[in-house]
Amino acid sequence: MRPQTLAEKILSRHAGRPVWAGELCVVEVDHVMVVDSIAPSVLEVLQDLRAEPRYPDRVSFVIDHAAPAVNESVAAAQRQARTYAREHGCLLFEVGRGICHQVLIEEGIVQPGKLILGSDSHSTTYGAVGAFGTGMGATDIALAAAAGRTWLKVPASLKVVLRGELGPGVGAKDLALEMIGRLGADGATYMSIEIDAGDRFSRGERMTLANLCVEAGAKAGLVLPGGEVARDYAVPEWLRPDPGAQYRATLEIDLAELSPRMSVPHQVDQVREVAGLRGRKVDQVFLGSCTNGRLEDLHAAAQVLRGRRVNPGTRLLVIPASSLVLEAAAEDGTLLTLLQAGAVLGTPGCGPCMGRHQGVLAPGEVCVSTSNRNFLGRMGSAEAEIYLASPAVAAACAVAGQIALPEDLEAVHG
Amino acid sequence: MARVWKFPDAINTDDILPGKYAPFMVGDDFHRYAFHHLRPEFAEQVRPGDILAGGRNWGLGSSREYAPQALKRLGVAAIVAVSFARIHYRNLLNLGLPALDEPEIAASLRDGDQVTLDLEAGTLQRGEEIFHFHPVPEFLREALKEGSILAYYRRYQKFPGEA
Repeated sequence: MRPQTLAEKILSRHAGRPVWAGELCVVEVDHVMVVDSIAPSVLEVLQDLRAEPRYPDRVSFVIDHAAPAVNESVAAAQRQARTYAREHGCLLFEVGRGICHQVLIEEGIVQPGKLILGSDSHSTTYGAVGAFGTGMGATDIALAAAAGRTWLKVPASLKVVLRGELGPGVGAKDLALEMIGRLGADGATYMSIEIDAGDRFSRGERMTLANLCVEAGAKAGLVLPGGEVARDYAVPEWLRPDPGAQYRATLEIDLAELSPRMSVPHQVDQVREVAGLRGRKVDQVFLGSCTNGRLEDLHAAAQVLRGRRVNPGTRLLVIPASSLVLEAAAEDGTLLTLLQAGAVLGTPGCGPCMGRHQGVLAPGEVCVSTSNRNFLGRMGSAEAEIYLASPAVAAACAVAGQIALPEDLEAVHG
Repeated sequence: MARVWKFPDAINTDDILPGKYAPFMVGDDFHRYAFHHLRPEFAEQVRPGDILAGGRNWGLGSSREYAPQALKRLGVAAIVAVSFARIHYRNLLNLGLPALDEPEIAASLRDGDQVTLDLEAGTLQRGEEIFHFHPVPEFLREALKEGSILAYYRRYQKFPGEA
């Protein structure tokens, strides 16, 4: 049989026949995830189909996109989602449980080799544990819930090969931004990005990498199971690309050469070295989101903030990605470090990422955010600016009140 | 005759409909906020039958189907672009809003052009010029015969090409 990429292997399993890039196929779906903001549209399509979920226990509803409810319209949509989930035996994750992608992984719903569809574009995150995760719109999601399957074109794959090791102060976010910058916002459209990271990176860091693949247009972002993921998950024997599998392109990144990166307004693929952006005044820092709201991200920020104070001209908003992240940060003292530095804590969920609540920007304001999109008007005013960065850089900016690197901060005495 | 609204490369779904104006947030009037930041006059001035012309990677970003839904409600007849982002392309397909990835045609259209679109014939006419679209793939042709993939599934309880 012709050698296969990881995406081809997973999709072949779900199509019930071997498939290769370019083929249209119908595939079994292991889980369908619906977020609160899209739920009313999904339920409308199901009603239109006069259908119910074929496998209710393979459908999750997550209340996270403006939770707790920010107004009556949101409250009504969330009530509709939770009522439906309860009445139909679907899984329901309530206000404060956390961001959909984080929750599905924490709950063990996402497993290596599975095919997961989400009503949110960052569903590529599931590739962190070797699952094929992809985002779709309300109609596709409703149809997949009703049918237990969906149609798709098997994507060509783009291979990312990493060499060397990251230097101090450089992390998975910097690597992900470098990747997006090099590929461009449509550099991987319709493709599966297959990242061979060896045994490097924790599950959380792998989630950051897989999450941002969609910002290069990718259908999926698969990190080959290794290291922590290979240790903690049952990785099936077949879940590895064959030698000789066909790739559309290969991107090589030398980790040793990477320095901290930022996406500058108003496109994610406008990636610059932080060092060249120093001095820009910062009004708000957002530490959170499905990209960087995990325990390791809070740790990285706390390491910079320990013994320091947030600049009086800057607000630091911390929104853990889930209730488990919040609990763990409370337990190990990270939370106290952040609060003593002057951070403001929000309910686990999406936060101000898409400009709905918990930190909307005014005209003229500048925000450094650990999230995933800096589009014009994304977090509020169209006259605001969003810079995307790693948790360590974001924390440094909060202390300096301007764009800065951790190494720019005055040493902590005592 | 229909008007062409020309947009640059990399129009994202937050440009088409900002997340803060989702139906989730503002209720049923959301289409009034289409291109709110980029072209505030758009929702007022667009007329049913008008055509949008885009550049590369039209519709990147969020999976929000209400973005193309807003354009459909405003009566946009088709989007011609150099290329489309994938989730958005599926959403357009599902809503039955024609998405034509036609780089040459998209590039030659100008803001304010007056054109006549004939989807049946696969042509777009501007003055004496006639542009021809590429044919639609078999899978989609099957689905579109029923109106949409959703309509196809409703009728046959399977996807096109499925046994």
